[in-house]
Amino acid sequence: MSAIQPPAEIVWWKQPLDRVEGTWIAIALTWSLIMFFMMPFWHIYGKQNLSNEAYRTTPQAFLAKTQAMVDEYTVRTETAANLPVVRPPPGSDVYLVGRLWQWWPLLEFEKGQTYRLHISSMDWQHGFSLQPVNINTQILPGYEMVLTVTPDTSGEQTIICNEFCGIGHHTMLGKIYVTEGGQ
Amino acid sequence: MNDQSSQDEIVRIPIMQRMLDNPFLLLFIGVVFPAVFYIIWGIMEIVTIPIAN
Amino acid sequence: MSAELFRTCPESGLQFHKPAERLMKAHAVASIVFLLIGGVGALLVTLTRWPAVHLLPADRFYQLLTMHGVDMLIFWLITFEIAVLYFCSSTLLKCRLATPKIAWLGFALMMIGMVVNNLAVMNGDASVMMTSYVPMPANPNFYLGLILFAVGALIGCFVFLGTLVIAKEEKTYEGSIPLVTFGALTACIIAVFTIASGAIILIPTYLWSIGYINHIDPAMYRLIWWALGHSSQQINVAAHVAVWYAIAAIVFGARPLSEKVSRTAFFLYIAFLQLASAHHLLVDPGLSSEWKIFNTSYAMYLAVLASMVHGLTVPGSIEVAQRAKGLTNGLFEWLRKAPWSNPIFSGMFISLVGFGFIGGISGVIMGTEQINIIIHNTIYVPGHFHATVVIGTTLAFMSLTYFLIPTLFRKQVMFPGLVKWQPYLFGFGMAVFTLAMMGAGTLGVERRHWDMAFTDSMLGFDYPASAYTFMGIVGISGTAAVIGGAIFVLVTVLSVFFGKPVDSESAWGFTTSRVLRAEPIVVPEGGHAAAGKWGFAAPGTFLLAIFFLVIFVIYYVINWKYLASVWPIS
Repeated sequence: MSAIQPPAEIVWWKQPLDRVEGTWIAIALTWSLIMFFMMPFWHIYGKQNLSNEAYRTTPQAFLAKTQAMVDEYTVRTETAANLPVVRPPPGSDVYLVGRLWQWWPLLEFEKGQTYRLHISSMDWQHGFSLQPVNINTQILPGYEMVLTVTPDTSGEQTIICNEFCGIGHHTMLGKIYVTEGGQ
Repeated sequence: MNDQSSQDEIVRIPIMQRMLDNPFLLLFIGVVFPAVFYIIWGIMEIVTIPIAN
Repeated sequence: MSAELFRTCPESGLQFHKPAERLMKAHAVASIVFLLIGGVGALLVTLTRWPAVHLLPADRFYQLLTMHGVDMLIFWLITFEIAVLYFCSSTLLKCRLATPKIAWLGFALMMIGMVVNNLAVMNGDASVMMTSYVPMPANPNFYLGLILFAVGALIGCFVFLGTLVIAKEEKTYEGSIPLVTFGALTACIIAVFTIASGAIILIPTYLWSIGYINHIDPAMYRLIWWALGHSSQQINVAAHVAVWYAIAAIVFGARPLSEKVSRTAFFLYIAFLQLASAHHLLVDPGLSSEWKIFNTSYAMYLAVLASMVHGLTVPGSIEVAQRAKGLTNGLFEWLRKAPWSNPIFSGMFISLVGFGFIGGISGVIMGTEQINIIIHNTIYVPGHFHATVVIGTTLAFMSLTYFLIPTLFRKQVMFPGLVKWQPYLFGFGMAVFTLAMMGAGTLGVERRHWDMAFTDSMLGFDYPASAYTFMGIVGISGTAAVIGGAIFVLVTVLSVFFGKPVDSESAWGFTTSRVLRAEPIVVPEGGHAAAGKWGFAAPGTFLLAIFFLVIFVIYYVINWKYLASVWPIS
């Protein structure tokens, strides 16, 4: 009986397997388990893991913390809009605001140093996409996500928004400049 | 439950086959598994996110 | 139960319950209308993302992208699936459909829902993408339309389950339900979970949009919405795998290699497939790695195992059937001499290969917890799911439609010469399209984005030139696939409404194949394994499966290497 008809045997559970199926199931199961254990393995031995550290917050509270950081560590401003470029001390807590339609402020990091980067949204959902290094995370209003990052390449990285956030979505950019150590 | 077909008395249907022949048991499994492991566990994780200081 | 309520199709031998038949026709026609609307959206969206063309202004682009997403991923596929559910229950079990009147109510709700939702999007104040992430607001009718549709689809699921109960009570079949019906049951069960999740999240969101609730938590929304958004695509997987088995049976008279293995694989779908909704939340704040790893891997990749099993057993059953007919030379004679000019077969086979090689592999890789960091929300993601739901599901449904036009609608398929090429144009166009999207996504190009050149931004960013090349290929191949889709819609609509009725003399080739022949089971001397090689009944398929695995492993390793080159994050 074909697959669109009821099975020919009343008891089909006891039908013996063909060798081709048994062999393939064994191979596929092995591969599935390898892929599964690869994830905890990378948590132990890999260097790219999200800590999943996050807090509940409010846009006002988060903006206040960001403003305090901007007031203290701004080194220069850029563009006609005088966007602040902030150079926080290595190892410190750094705050980044996503809002319609900018990532604020611009940041300057030192290569090889570690920063606790806190990110939250002031309004809608945004996508933090750091290019060209290619790190992507989801940013929600009311939640503060913490990424502990160690830039290991110098130069200019652009933060793109890759979660649709309205008509100006494609203009929403930010920057992280990474300077060589010891400057 | 005495209307079990005579067939059942002659051939014992294995338990696994009985399970796969029972659409409502499968429906129960197919709703409860993801509801527990994905939704309920996920909600518990979200509600226990600490408040920022 | 009166006899005139049923008709037996003289060509196929299938028995149709007339009220069910009318419902199937209505659902099939309605679904194709939404495929057409979504297809227009597909063309315009593709031509906008083709950098050299960049057709639409930003507001229109986002509006049409929303429409394209909802019409295709929800309306076209689920409406067609309800027709498949009715076919797999009423027709395959030779049973009357449970409560046709209530089924019509479900149909009406689905139709109203689709119209309400589409009107809201056309109105211009619901360009929120299919996901409608809070707190970005949409016209309340956007949510209302989805809710009405979901209720209608849920009714369809229960009519299906009711029909299973009736068939068992009235003993319209012996033993267990057919494997294809079991696959449809799998799709139905996933649909119930999907729709229930949709109701849990969309009803409060609707109330929020009209002002009765003042806050919807965005993290909670994403968690539960994806139980709708991703699981609805798992309905498609279960449904198109069932369609593969059905077409293998229709075209080749193939029997499942073993009922036990194929049904157990479907059972793994029932239990674990929906967990993969977590794929979308791997880089969300606050969820633990334990939750992410368990859910994203469908509990140790058990649903991936199931797909790999179906990927072997469907072509394997074809190989065994072909070998039993004497096509035993070498490893691949059975495949070379398959009816490649029959679109029912060619579409199904391209669907299977495309789904496995492109959609399956990319899906597992981007669903790996850490690798998602380099893929989340890039255009790699739509690259992946166009391989699964377009090459996989849509093409499988197109193939099934070519079978249903003569059997269900009793019309000849028009333009057979054109139809012969349609699966190739559509399938290969889509394959290039998806691969180019994945290429661009690997270079970080974003999804749902109007301008990859960022010309209006103060800060600016330049993607590498190769990203533009990839997006150009996306535009060209996407247009080719749209033409393939348009041929399908045109042929189907013309055949159904204006085609010549089927009669045995002038019917087009494959319409006359009788799929329900009471053929004796032909077992070659010495068993099926003797017609194969190495003691395998399907050695050619096994070799193809090994080839698949090799590509899978290589690409998996490449992605870990790529991830390892990214800045350390902890």
